[in-house]
Amino acid sequence: MTMSRNPQLNAHGELIHLLSIEGLPRAVIHQILDTAGTFLSVSEREVKKVPLLRGKSVFNLFFENSTRTRTTFEIAAKRLSADVINLDIARSSTAKGESLLDTIANLSAMHADMFVVRHGESGAPYLIAQHVAPHVHVVNAGDGRHAHPTQGLLDMYTIRHYKRDFTQLSVAIVGDIVHSRVARSDIHALTILGVPDIRAVGPKTLVPGDLREMGVRVCHDMTEGVKDADVIIMLRLQNERMSGAMLPSAGEYFKNYGLTAQKLALARSDAIVMHPGPINRGVEIDSAVADGKQSVILPQVSFGIAVRMAVMSTIAGNDT
Amino acid sequence: MTPLLLDAEALYAQLREGLRPMLRADSAIVGIWSGGAWLAERLQRDLGLPGPHGVISSTLHRDDFGERGLVAKADPTHLPFSVEGRPIVLVDDVLYTGRTIRAVINELFDFGRPASVALAVLVDRGGRELPIEAAYAAARISLPPTQRLSLAHDASGHFVFDIENKTA
Repeated sequence: MTMSRNPQLNAHGELIHLLSIEGLPRAVIHQILDTAGTFLSVSEREVKKVPLLRGKSVFNLFFENSTRTRTTFEIAAKRLSADVINLDIARSSTAKGESLLDTIANLSAMHADMFVVRHGESGAPYLIAQHVAPHVHVVNAGDGRHAHPTQGLLDMYTIRHYKRDFTQLSVAIVGDIVHSRVARSDIHALTILGVPDIRAVGPKTLVPGDLREMGVRVCHDMTEGVKDADVIIMLRLQNERMSGAMLPSAGEYFKNYGLTAQKLALARSDAIVMHPGPINRGVEIDSAVADGKQSVILPQVSFGIAVRMAVMSTIAGNDT
Repeated sequence: MTPLLLDAEALYAQLREGLRPMLRADSAIVGIWSGGAWLAERLQRDLGLPGPHGVISSTLHRDDFGERGLVAKADPTHLPFSVEGRPIVLVDDVLYTGRTIRAVINELFDFGRPASVALAVLVDRGGRELPIEAAYAAARISLPPTQRLSLAHDASGHFVFDIENKTA
């Protein structure tokens, strides 16, 4: 029986695209995190640039707007000496009716070496990876509700930085899990890295019971969800969910699931608080907690650049 | 392994004494990962130099990234002092093509502008592909390209040389 090969890996098991954390070998994840450690110090040097991707063209294709994620990819690529081309696709070719694959074919003719893709449709980066030339690499920068693997990896880097070992941890992910590609990528990564206790915390409308199939503990009560946790990952409450009758009001949500100092006190005393940003103060997280000493939200941003440098240089160095 | 009479400990003693006249009061020793880093650590101690030694990696400036990809196993560069205006002595176990030295000089300059950069090695094995020379080499030998020479530790922590015959 032949196994269908993971499209992210070449015949030697090396990473050539980053499309999803699901199905990645544990060693590949650790290798990226180790490499990111090397790059973290590059951002602190007098010259914040290394020549690994010199002469390569990285195209940022954002079919969905995200200034922050696009900027961190742009900084990461530039610190690797790549030429970065930002395409605000949402407002250009697709608006004129061009198909996704025609857009990619056109950009490939401009000799792109790497595509960083953010798309509203789950699976779009897979489709692109299947159609690019053999030397071209694809990074998923978020597709629909499916995956946001670089965010997942930077979250793992953050946890490893503060907690060292994954195999004894309790990690609570709080908020809109069902619509969150960050939560999905985090859950896959935590599972692969051997975290024994992963909790999905939130109201029934945002944390449905069938999430248990992913191997997580579902908690509709915040007190139970954060009790004795080592890591609390807060998710942004997306305003558009409020209107769809999924939630009563921002105030009500904060009362039940907002992270306050009082609720944080239920976690372990050395627990860290994470958030992928942008944060909504007073909706999912209290200002005192976001700015408090257990918050690692800003270090996550710095780690994110190093992790994206690690991903881009790793896949660019592996032959397809 | 082919037996070769390279006594790493004896060569280390020669390197240590050869380095003394090269050092100024404000010199900093920087070992090239990995063999050179072990040498630098021991030289710093044996020569009684103040402060920490540095470790530098060629990984981020290698010229064979296109063929070999990223070598993730290497420790990152760690220079726990300012290189600006300092005389830097790079230390390595083996000098061969000179490509590693070219890469670490680029790496070094990413941290500032040293007053000078010199190179001291245990063994110069010939085979240079770039115009790079060591100011001090404890031994100069000639090895065929099929042999790979590198510093290692034996069970008691003494320096020894590993020689591998490369299989094409």
